Amino acid sequence: MNEITLDEKLVLLDIEGKDKLEIISQMANNMENLGYVKPSYEGAVIAREKVFATGLPTASYGVAIPHTDIEHVNTPAICVARLENPVDFVIMGEESESVPVKIVFMLAMKEQHAQLEILQKLMQILQEDGALAKIVEADSPESIKDFMCTKLGL
Amino acid sequence: MKNGKKLVLVACGTGIATSTVVNDAVTKLAKKNNIQLEIIQCKIMEVPGYSDGADLLVTTTVVDKSKYKFPVISARAFLTGIGLEKVENEILVELQR
Repeated sequence: MNEITLDEKLVLLDIEGKDKLEIISQMANNMENLGYVKPSYEGAVIAREKVFATGLPTASYGVAIPHTDIEHVNTPAICVARLENPVDFVIMGEESESVPVKIVFMLAMKEQHAQLEILQKLMQILQEDGALAKIVEADSPESIKDFMCTKLGL
Repeated sequence: MKNGKKLVLVACGTGIATSTVVNDAVTKLAKKNNIQLEIIQCKIMEVPGYSDGADLLVTTTVVDKSKYKFPVISARAFLTGIGLEKVENEILVELQR
């Protein structure tokens, strides 16, 4: 089973949190309630984010891609959150420099190579002019889901 | 070197997400430039175990570069596209050494 799920229940619009931990918690709880991840996933993502930060500055909006080891995942899925107000994530590969993040893609991954294509397409969304703006300007979870699924080939 | 080829370690925190994208990008970069290489994709924690014969580490995580006997190159550009050409050139320089 290599299929990754991304439906409208996995899109959280304009969520609020005072910091990245609150945002990660809301997203992880959503994925847990929907059955995609185990109760251990939330703590594992938070622990991993502290050691291996996932903030990514792009040409437009700051993005983060929190994720963790496969044993905390039941079924592969991607949760997308658009934040009401950006929160800081430390930049991937940096000690302490951070980026204000507007869009979070939380990844629940299973196998290594099966997901290459979807990960590559996700990175293309980060790099493509105007793609992140589409997510920022979308007016419903359905429209973000439709846009993402088209881009990711899901 | 391993079997006459450059040995490149590609690592991220989990060894399954960003390193998968970077692995593919480095493989394609080498192919395009007719460079033979062997890639080991792993968690950054596992790098010391693969260090024997390694020529280069390409990683998305923070690393203490002084810990390794081989060059370390940051791979974030493969994810964001920002500064990609520069990073590709850095990698090519190491692979053609």
